[in-house]
Amino acid sequence: MNTLPAIETRDLSKRFGKTNAVCNLTMSVAPGSITGFLGLNGAGKTTTIKMLLGMIAPTGGDGAILGYRISNPAESLEIRRRVAYVSESQRLYDYMTVAQIVRFTKSFYSGWHSDIEESLLRSWELPLNRKVKTLSKGMRRKLALLLAFARKPELLILDEPSDGLDPVGVEQLLETMVAQCGEGTAVFFSSHQIAEVERVADRVCMIHKGRLVMNASLDDLRESYRQIDMVFSGAPNEVEFRMPGVERIQARGCQMRVLVSRNAEQVLERARMHDANSIDVVPIGLREIFLDHVKEN
Amino acid sequence: MMFFKLNTATGQPLYLQLMQQIRHAAENGALQDGDQLPGIRTLAEELVVSPHTVAKAYSELEHEGILELRQGSGAFLSINRRARAIADRVQAASRKVECLVEDLRAGGLQDGEIWRLFETTLFRGAEIGTRR
Repeated sequence: MNTLPAIETRDLSKRFGKTNAVCNLTMSVAPGSITGFLGLNGAGKTTTIKMLLGMIAPTGGDGAILGYRISNPAESLEIRRRVAYVSESQRLYDYMTVAQIVRFTKSFYSGWHSDIEESLLRSWELPLNRKVKTLSKGMRRKLALLLAFARKPELLILDEPSDGLDPVGVEQLLETMVAQCGEGTAVFFSSHQIAEVERVADRVCMIHKGRLVMNASLDDLRESYRQIDMVFSGAPNEVEFRMPGVERIQARGCQMRVLVSRNAEQVLERARMHDANSIDVVPIGLREIFLDHVKEN
Repeated sequence: MMFFKLNTATGQPLYLQLMQQIRHAAENGALQDGDQLPGIRTLAEELVVSPHTVAKAYSELEHEGILELRQGSGAFLSINRRARAIADRVQAASRKVECLVEDLRAGGLQDGEIWRLFETTLFRGAEIGTRR
């Protein structure tokens, strides 16, 4: 199996005029893992993906996919051979039928997996003889995903893959992602559905206003992110609680709420030193962490 | 086959939840010595979680001696004496916790409050190095 990072970027940047769409993005995605890519609309997710695939040129920094440099045209070609990408608004040939477009796409890839093609055609109930242009949004999405999955690529990049799918479709999509990952495919997918990222992803990368604000494993996140609510006899001194791992402090009268990414123990110790009347520790979900990041900045 | 249910909303890694549920199944007899567990990929697809989650749970359990991973043929439960001793301890502890929770509920505490108390106490334990 490939041991090179599936995706690696260093200071990857893209300016459009005066706007920094992506700014000094440095990250690494492990091979064979599932990574969720989170960010608000316009945060720079699609721009990042397009740079990775050589569809637009970076204005700074560099990156590599499966060891191939994105800035090198010959290597970029190799990237496109090994990576399957499904965009938010995948273009498909409208005049073809489902069967035709499957046959057409298949002809480009020697490593096409007919077993995956057949099982997805069946479970997603795609009508073989319907023209692509008459398909619903969800059906088109499923078809685009099928064309990517059947290649069983080394890396799958999916931009909002569950967009437009019904709950059953989303479940089938996630199952297929997990199945492909089990066979060695790395999956990098952007999504607004935090719950699905929380479920299937090994890691999560969060981007806000073009900058990477978080790159963490979900295990670490579950284990060490906590919200600590404390009540004191008098107004607490915020400064006392600014320590490593403390991401955010909110004080209201005698109460204080602290969000920690690690070192919850030290915050608790400090709280007891200051004779807190009550201390509550609660785990905090990806959704709250996400909202916290995008509000703060 | 066993039924597992992973909860993404708690502050506990999914692989730990899976480990606990397998241990629990071994304790309550749902899984017996020598029983075969589904392959990593099969279980990952069934639970719709990353295969790494299942792989990590299996390998940790193998480390604990509860699971035996055989190349190509899957995972088998192996409840040896040590594992059984741990299981007994956990079972005894589980009865204690049940009593305590009942007590606290009878005293008028809500489940959410009890939950927070446990969390806070476990964190205090971490400070003096008793957390595993």
